[in-house]
Amino acid sequence: MMTRSFTQRLQRDWSLNKWKYLMILPVLIYLALFSYKPMYGLIIAFKDFKITRGIMGSSWADPWYKWFANFVTDPYFPRVIKNTFLLSGLTILFGFPAPIILALLINEVRNKSFKRTVQTITYMPYFISLVVLCAMIKVFSMQDGLFSQIANSFGGASQNYLANPRYFRVIYVLSDIWQRVGWDSIIYLAALSAIDQEQYEAAKVDGANRFKQMIYITLPGLLPTIMILFILRMGSILNVGYEKILLLYNATTYDVADVISTYTYRLSFPTSGSPMYSKSTAIGLFNTLINIVFLLLTNAISKKTTDSGLF
Amino acid sequence: MILNGCFLIGLCAVTLYPIWYVLCASFTSNAYLVSHPGFLIMPHEFTLGAYKLALTHPLLLSGYKNIMLVLMLALPLNMLLTLFAGYFMASKKVMFKPLIMSLILFTMFFSGGMIPAYLNVRDLGLYNTLLSLVLPGALSVYNAIICKTAIEAVPDSLKEAAYIDGANDVVILGRIVVPLIKPTLAVLLLYYGVGHWNSWFNASIYLRDNDKLPIQNIMRSILIANSNVLNSAAAESDQVNQFAESIKYATIILTTAPILCIYPFVQKYFVKGVMIGAVKG
Repeated sequence: MMTRSFTQRLQRDWSLNKWKYLMILPVLIYLALFSYKPMYGLIIAFKDFKITRGIMGSSWADPWYKWFANFVTDPYFPRVIKNTFLLSGLTILFGFPAPIILALLINEVRNKSFKRTVQTITYMPYFISLVVLCAMIKVFSMQDGLFSQIANSFGGASQNYLANPRYFRVIYVLSDIWQRVGWDSIIYLAALSAIDQEQYEAAKVDGANRFKQMIYITLPGLLPTIMILFILRMGSILNVGYEKILLLYNATTYDVADVISTYTYRLSFPTSGSPMYSKSTAIGLFNTLINIVFLLLTNAISKKTTDSGLF
Repeated sequence: MILNGCFLIGLCAVTLYPIWYVLCASFTSNAYLVSHPGFLIMPHEFTLGAYKLALTHPLLLSGYKNIMLVLMLALPLNMLLTLFAGYFMASKKVMFKPLIMSLILFTMFFSGGMIPAYLNVRDLGLYNTLLSLVLPGALSVYNAIICKTAIEAVPDSLKEAAYIDGANDVVILGRIVVPLIKPTLAVLLLYYGVGHWNSWFNASIYLRDNDKLPIQNIMRSILIANSNVLNSAAAESDQVNQFAESIKYATIILTTAPILCIYPFVQKYFVKGVMIGAVKG
C-alpha cells in the first residue's frame, strides 16, 4: 500500500515537474564536478598524496593526523596563526564599523543631489580590481612616491613603505576600508530607509535632538542588520584577503604578512622544490573547520543576546 | 551638519584622488614622472605615447583577447545556470526540492579549497586551457538566490495561466519569467562580468602559457612582479624603457576604464542587487 502510493507520487511528481528536474540537472552536474568532487579530493589531507599515483592510488598517511600534526609543529605555525588573526581582527575592528558610520553620516545629509554624489563616488573603488588596487599601492608607497611626499610635508622621511614591515598592516587595513566602505554601507542605508519615520516625529515632540535620535532610534533599528552581517563576517574570520596579500607582500614583510592561506599557497606552488599538496590541503581543511566553528559560535551568542541569527 | 558635509567631501576627495592621480600620470611624460614623484594635480608635458605603446603591445592585446573569449563563453553559461537554479528554487510543490536545495546551499559554506580544486581542474583536463576560467565557478549560488528572489516576485497567476495553455516550464521561464525580471538579470550579468574581468588568481594557477593569460594577469606581471615581459616580448624595447613609468598608469586606466565608464549608468541596478541579496541574508 505504502510503496504503491510512493511510486504513484513519484510518477505524478515526474509528470508535473519533469521540466524543472531537467533544468536543475545541468546545475547538479556542475555542482557534482566542481563543488562535490573537490570535496572528495579533501581526503588527500589524510594521505601521502603523490600526483603521479592519483587520489586513489596514494597511500594513507600514518598516523591519519600526520599532516595536521606536521602543521601544528611547523616553525611557521605561530607566525601564520598570529598574522591571520591579527590582520583579520584589525580588518574587523576598523573595517566593520566604518560602513555603519558612513551610512549614518550619509543618512544625515538632507540635500538629495549631494547625497547621491557622495554615494556614487564612495561605491566606485569597489569595482577596481585587486591587481590595480595593489599596483596603485605599490607605486604610491615607492621611495619618493605619494606616501613619502605626504610624510615629508608632515616632517617624515622618504622610504619604501611596502618594504617596511611596520607599515604593512596599516596599508592592508586602510586600503581595504578605502575599497569597501562605500559599497558595504549600501546595506545599512537600505536598513535605515526602512526605519519608521513616525518614531523620529514622536522623538522630536519629546524634545530629543538629532544625536539622541541616532542613539535611541537609528542604532536599535540597525541592530538586526549589524548582527547578521557580523555573524557572516565572523564565519570567515580566517579568510584573510590572501589574493591581496599575495600581490602586496615580499620576503621582507613575511614576518607580518604571511597568513595561513598564503603559506598554503607557497607550499603548493613553491618556486623551487616539490609541492606539498597533502599538507596544504590539511591546512586548508583546518582553516574551513575553524571558520565554521566561529560562525556557529557567533550565531549562538547573537541569538542569546539580540535574538537575531542566521539559523 | 556642516562638519558632516565637510567630512563627506573630504572622504570623496580621498576616494577620488588616487584615481585622478593615475589618470593624470598616464598622460604625463615619463621624464617628468621620474624627476617629480609625488603629487600631480594635472597632466604635465601631455603625451599619448604610453597609450599608443600599450594599445599596440602584443601581450596586452592577447590579454584583452583572452578575457573577451572568457566573457563570451562564461557569461551565457553563468546566466543559464543561474536562471535554471533560480527557477527551480522558486518553484513550489516539487518533491525533491528540499533535498536538492540543501545540496545547492551546502556548497556556500563548505568547499574543498585551493588544492583539491586545482587537482580537479588538472584531472578534468582543463589545465592550461581557457575553459579552466569558464567552468569552475560557472554558477554562483549567491547570485542564484538573488535570481530566485526575483522569480518569486512574479505573480503565480501568470505562470499558471501559461501552464493551462499548455506551456512547459522552459517556455514559461523564457517567455514570461525572463522578460519580467530583466533588471535583476542585468545586475547578475554585471556581477558575473565584473567578477571575470577583475579575477586573476585562478588564471595564475590554472594557466601555464603567457599568451593564454587574461588582462589582469598581464597587468600583474607588468605592475606588481615588475617582470620585464614587455621588454622581452617587444622588439622596440627602447621605446618601452622610454615609457617605463607612464605605461604602468596607462595600463591601469585601460583595464579599469571600461568598468568605471559603465558604472555610473548601472549603479542603481547594482545597488538594487545588493538589496535583493540582503533581504535573503
